[in-house]
Amino acid sequence: MEEIIISTAQRTLVAGTPLLLGTIGEVICERSGILNLGVEGMMAVGAVTAFIVSYVSGNPWLGLLAAIAAGMLVSSAHAFAAITLQANQVVSGLALTMLGLGLSGLLGKPYIGRPLTVKFESVAVPVLSDIPYLGRVFFDQSPFFYMAILLAVAAWFVLNYTRIGIKIKSTGESPQATEAQGVNVSAIRYWCVVTGGGLAGMAGANLSISYSKSWIEGMTAGRGWIVIALTIFALWNPMRAVIGAFLFGGIFVLQYLLQPLGISPNLLAALPYAATLVVLLMIGLGDSRKLNAPAMLAEPYKRGER
Amino acid sequence: MTMLRIHVSDRIKVSGKTSVGVLLGSLLAGLAAVSLIFVLSGVNPFYAIFKIFTGSFGSWYGIKETITKAIPLILIGGGLTVAFRAKFWNIGAESQLLMGAICSTWIGLNWGPHLPAALIIPMLFIAGFVGGGLWAAIPAVLKTRFAINEVISTLMMNYICAEFMTFLIVGPWKGKTKFGFPYTDDLPASATLGVLPGTRIHWLTLLIAAACVLILGLVIYRTRFGYEVRVIGENPNAAKYAGIDFFKTTLVVMIISGGMAGMAGVGEVAGIHHHLSYPDAISSGYGYTAIIVAWLAKLNPYYVPVSSLFFAGIMVGGDAIQISLRLPAATVDVFNGTMLMFLIMGEFFLKNKIWIQRSEKAGV
Amino acid sequence: MAMKKIEHLEMIGISKSFHGIAANDQVNLDVRSGEILGLLGENGAGKTTLMNILYGLYQPDSGRIRINGKRLRINSPAESIQNGIGMVHQHFMLIQNHTVVENIVLGYKQAPFFWPQKKIKENVIHFSKKFNLEIDPDKKIWQLSAGEQQRIEIIKALFNGADLLILDEPTSVLTPQEITHLFEILQKMKAEGHLIILISHKLDEIMALCDRVTVLSSGKVVGNVATQDTDKKTLARMMIGRDVIFNIMREDLPKQIAVLTVENLIVLGDKGRVRVNGVSFQIHQNEIFGIAGVSGNGQRELVEAVTGLRKIVSGAVKINGKEITNDSPRRIYNSGVSHVPEERIKFGIAPGLFLFENAILKQHHLKKYSHNTFLAYGNIKKHTQALVDAYQVQTPSIHVRTKDLSGGNIQKLILGREISQSPSLLVAAHPTYGLDVGATEYLRRQLLKRRKEGGAILLVSEDLDEIFELCDRIAVMFEGEFMGVLAADDARLEDIGLLMAGSMRV
Repeated sequence: MEEIIISTAQRTLVAGTPLLLGTIGEVICERSGILNLGVEGMMAVGAVTAFIVSYVSGNPWLGLLAAIAAGMLVSSAHAFAAITLQANQVVSGLALTMLGLGLSGLLGKPYIGRPLTVKFESVAVPVLSDIPYLGRVFFDQSPFFYMAILLAVAAWFVLNYTRIGIKIKSTGESPQATEAQGVNVSAIRYWCVVTGGGLAGMAGANLSISYSKSWIEGMTAGRGWIVIALTIFALWNPMRAVIGAFLFGGIFVLQYLLQPLGISPNLLAALPYAATLVVLLMIGLGDSRKLNAPAMLAEPYKRGER
Repeated sequence: MTMLRIHVSDRIKVSGKTSVGVLLGSLLAGLAAVSLIFVLSGVNPFYAIFKIFTGSFGSWYGIKETITKAIPLILIGGGLTVAFRAKFWNIGAESQLLMGAICSTWIGLNWGPHLPAALIIPMLFIAGFVGGGLWAAIPAVLKTRFAINEVISTLMMNYICAEFMTFLIVGPWKGKTKFGFPYTDDLPASATLGVLPGTRIHWLTLLIAAACVLILGLVIYRTRFGYEVRVIGENPNAAKYAGIDFFKTTLVVMIISGGMAGMAGVGEVAGIHHHLSYPDAISSGYGYTAIIVAWLAKLNPYYVPVSSLFFAGIMVGGDAIQISLRLPAATVDVFNGTMLMFLIMGEFFLKNKIWIQRSEKAGV
Repeated sequence: MAMKKIEHLEMIGISKSFHGIAANDQVNLDVRSGEILGLLGENGAGKTTLMNILYGLYQPDSGRIRINGKRLRINSPAESIQNGIGMVHQHFMLIQNHTVVENIVLGYKQAPFFWPQKKIKENVIHFSKKFNLEIDPDKKIWQLSAGEQQRIEIIKALFNGADLLILDEPTSVLTPQEITHLFEILQKMKAEGHLIILISHKLDEIMALCDRVTVLSSGKVVGNVATQDTDKKTLARMMIGRDVIFNIMREDLPKQIAVLTVENLIVLGDKGRVRVNGVSFQIHQNEIFGIAGVSGNGQRELVEAVTGLRKIVSGAVKINGKEITNDSPRRIYNSGVSHVPEERIKFGIAPGLFLFENAILKQHHLKKYSHNTFLAYGNIKKHTQALVDAYQVQTPSIHVRTKDLSGGNIQKLILGREISQSPSLLVAAHPTYGLDVGATEYLRRQLLKRRKEGGAILLVSEDLDEIFELCDRIAVMFEGEFMGVLAADDARLEDIGLLMAGSMRV
């Protein structure tokens, strides 16, 4: 029995890691006021890039770096369209999702079925992983898990306790007021979008070179959309994102666990999305000021406009 | 020191020539970008693009398939033009289609065996419209009453519906005649749409689609309701000043949009698949592709059939290169995504004039 | 007392034109350490332009700025700040969801990278105590009153080392107690050697607070005196720059029944403050009732309340005896109220639609233009053509897109549209703002024509020429109240400047 609990807990953390990585990126992006619906595509591009580069070079760390770079590249197209050209952010994100998914399918085709021998294996943290129960769950995970946790803490710290964090948040709340203080709104937004893209790429790398052993098309399986839902569920707060990511991850794992008990995995799988709607409802009903949505999210900003 | 300065200024007048020029320019730039991606992926761009177009329009089979795939696009795309004109970003057409499919399947399976086709078929379409329309009404209410962003709510509805549908087909609606496959039973013959001989074109849906598009065009351009929708889309402030009721208008707009997507779902189930199976298989991404269809048609219902045929052709062409070039079907998404990006980036040039000026950098 | 960066600031011969119209014309300004200078003038007199030049947002066409005798170029707000100039704008530039400290950190160049809030907080408290600002650094902006928010803007300027503080209409959002508090703060800063420029149209404040006052009218300096050497009446006359001319063009018409009745109207502004404070008046047939006054004293909210675009908190509005308080815009329209909006492009038309489509923007629900559901294009186009002819809208055809028309022609279309239904009450807000002479004259004649036909007109305008030319009775609005309602031939209108500036009530 306890084996089941431990393995469930482990698998929950594993499932939640790519969600967390993607969400941290999207939180940063949306905090600066830009809505990025292209996360799914950027994750896919990251996944395929990581796989190919790791396969060809034999070095998974190189694959990871390439994936981050690929995510940043694709997201910079969104940044250009949304910030400089003031295009409709919704459509731009959707277009990049299509493009990203297509690219990953196209580029990954020759690699389908080929096993990757140089993937990221779990790393046991010395001493800590010997703690009974908790040690095996928390401290014997893929390096991605540790990186995700560190990144979440770093993002939370930067957003709340540094000057750049205040600038980012201000840009999302009121670009006019921020610009009036001499801050370059466009530059901040570019940085945030590209950072978000890099993290999405990293999440994709997690899927292809840590989570699974081989490449299949459609590896991201809609996780990018969950990231977008998670961002709201986490109320644009990186620490809440940690809880949310593992909560949603847990639901995925539980789906199959509870199936023999007669609970439909599909209805469980619908929970994260329904939960997001409930959160939105609460924001809509309550005083939105207390619930943190960046006030100018997805509104194009032109310098000099009131 | 001579410097090149790029001037950007608001463009006040947009002539027809400029619009067409920008459109063509965007399409060409998009094609160039797609070719570049193909080259970098080791694919001959000319051959690939050639194959896409000949696969869809170069043979009888291709044309038949293109028309078949255009049917749901026309219905959904038409409905989306109304929604987008009211500035309601309906990303949920995927699930509105599925709800239509679900509702009509229920009617078909339960009442199909007992009623003649002449009664059942209209009931199917009505059920589809109602199912899709009601499902779409929810995000409309969420937006007007609770200020919930419709992009996110319609997206969430997509996933909730997909999971619900999967639940149905592997659970309570699992076909007894299907030996364990995740399908429902087949719809009875009376609940099946006829097709043109030798094709998969379910002509009744096609007629409905064509009729809907014409009606929509009439509604948008010739009725008071359409006028109010257009004013909301043009200038929401003026709409308020003019006394237009946002709540009512948004609700009706979404019922229309969702209803039409629902009817597309009916077409897919009763005309093509004849049973319900996994959501992806039924909706095939039509709900998302229709977004580009509507955008390309400049939100004009009369242009929707043209842009639908164009994108249906690309979908069929994608199948073709899958076979002949052994490229994955996803290649088509590369094409769609890139073209869409360049289309929306091109709109910048409709709103702004750019010119480059040589200037002496004066000592300021 | 530490040496200030700025002991003496001068603006000499500043001129600036926009589109050929001189906003500033050879303006001189002079202010010294330990002095409060008032900058007085109507809207459009050139005060804001002058200060924007000082703050580096514009470059003057000619003239120069001198600090401590040394000539200086200020090319951007950043340079202005560097030189010790700070500005408190009329519309606060604060992030509502953030705390006081976070807002200050945002613009403060020397804020540390890590834990900036903690480090800055002490300085905030220090400044706060020094100038009696009473700020709680950890509160969120939306929790603060307008007065408190303004004090944060002042702190922001001080943080960046401002010696010269420019305040643009600072008391327009304050309660009387907050105004007193602000004055105390300014006096303290003056004692510390700061230089202060106070932009205002309120004579009481100028007289109470300022050592000297420079009066601008139509871009020129028309007065530069020490406040102890002058009085409000003189200043008011300088500000208006004209003697009141009694109108001779408007024919006398007998008084008729009341069309509009407004009783004790109270309306809130966007930020929840009372903007219309218990106003009551009536407008009769054959009458043009004008509301004069500087923009921002509640005129906009009053117009929106009467036309159904803003909620009425208390009081009543009646048209021809029928109560329309808080009715929907459409029902109010159906009751006979037409509205020519202040911002014609933003509210009055759907720019991308054709001319004939905008001609029925407010009327499209009427039976003659849409039998039930279908638009009656025949009727609509006939009506549009008639409008275009009657109101001399210059356009190649009625099939052009409305945004392609010039501002004047758009306004003529809107006016025609609103008048053509012969409304019981026509509400016209700043109807000739920004229009050329020809269009202006034409529109005014149309208003007089409507008056003669029996209509009642509520005219809101900042243009005193217009007010005097058109109105039978004139109300002067200041801080949400009518300072007085005078007949057009009332001699007390000579003091309209005092009324507008809140210094007098009749």
